[in-house]
Amino acid sequence: MAHTHESNTKRIWTVFGLLSVITIVEVALGIVKPDFLFKTDLFKMHLLNWIFIILTVVKAYYIMWAFMHLEGEKANLRWSIVAPLVFLIIYLVFILLIEGNYVFDVFQGSQYKWIF
Amino acid sequence: MAATVTSSATTGKTWDGGNEPMGASYGKMMMWFFIVSDALTFSGFLAAYGFSRFKFIETWPIADEVFNHFPFMHGVDAPMYYVAFMTFILIFSSVTMVLAVDAGHQLKKTKVAVYMALTIVGGFIFLGSQAWEWKNFIKGEYGAIETKGGAILQFVKQGENGSYERVKLADFAAHIETDRINNTRSHGIWFEDAAALPSFTVEEVAKGLEAHPEVLIRTEVIKDKHKTVLSREESLVRIKDAQYVVEGANLIRNEYGHKLFANFFFFITGFHGFHVFSGVMINIIIFLNVLLGTYERRKSYEMVEKVGLYWHFVDLVWVFVFTFFYLV
Repeated sequence: MAHTHESNTKRIWTVFGLLSVITIVEVALGIVKPDFLFKTDLFKMHLLNWIFIILTVVKAYYIMWAFMHLEGEKANLRWSIVAPLVFLIIYLVFILLIEGNYVFDVFQGSQYKWIF
Repeated sequence: MAATVTSSATTGKTWDGGNEPMGASYGKMMMWFFIVSDALTFSGFLAAYGFSRFKFIETWPIADEVFNHFPFMHGVDAPMYYVAFMTFILIFSSVTMVLAVDAGHQLKKTKVAVYMALTIVGGFIFLGSQAWEWKNFIKGEYGAIETKGGAILQFVKQGENGSYERVKLADFAAHIETDRINNTRSHGIWFEDAAALPSFTVEEVAKGLEAHPEVLIRTEVIKDKHKTVLSREESLVRIKDAQYVVEGANLIRNEYGHKLFANFFFFITGFHGFHVFSGVMINIIIFLNVLLGTYERRKSYEMVEKVGLYWHFVDLVWVFVFTFFYLV
């Protein structure tokens, strides 16, 4: 209870509204799949996927900051949680996806064929 | 007292554990550090999923075609709606949880209890939904053929509007009398059950394909965002590679496509579901403590806050699972 005892209900409902809107937008885009997003590629992924991933990170931010109340914690606690996660996840994903793509290229372009 | 209650115990005793440099009690900080390590575990799983998907990017199943069921709407193609519903359940139970934490800060026992009860109900609804989702996934709908090389062949026919629609094995497979029996303990040659036999044999499917000129084979290969459909001649050649009839999904093979797809689905949603289950159990324990007035006497509802952190984390993971299994 380092923070004040006043009620945060208004903030909670605002964040719930935001999360709901984002989810609805995601689902709508996932069902409609507009061609100009779905068929335009950027760094090996189509734009629609980039939008989904960015919206997901936005949702994660609101869940962690508002619901898990990181916004009310001391900066050093906040960063000892967020910094390792951000660094390690980006590192891991970067390496594995590059490698996965490389293996795909090997199957695709060399004499070793995925026979299935 | 200092072990359970937050910073009110901060008295400036630097060396006796009274000092809290991060402004959080021991319990809350450890809950956070547990969450960090658990988040990295899930990241590892999801990154491995991403790796396999990029490795087989040309043949990976399309989620919309796999998860398209909705309760009481049998046979209707409804992609995404059901998971969207599950996502809302989980987000909403997160909201009731944070409202319980908020009420706890004001030491309102009844309010905390009501909100926690709602959170528990939300958790059970989510678990039930996931069980239903798994049931559909395991049961399968159309059936497929696995070739000697391990590829999955599905069957389609041209619909009235010109696009291809899936055909169930049962709709075209021929019937050939065989003497194959499902070996069970009661009449097997060894003390164990054999794997359940699929409804059709490979020969029946092949014969049915020959007899139905409108049925074509759809391969796993994605071209221009769609799975490739073979011509009639190619289909009749390709069916000669058939080795197994696949119905539904298990850890060895599944009718949706690449084997790893089902493995990752079972493993990641299963691991998440297990987290939800533990979360519900912990919530129930804390809920009972609230009712008993434990935190009322302690003058601190910090335990509700700690279990709340875990519950939000479960929601957080679902947000990512939702994106990477259903949307992307």
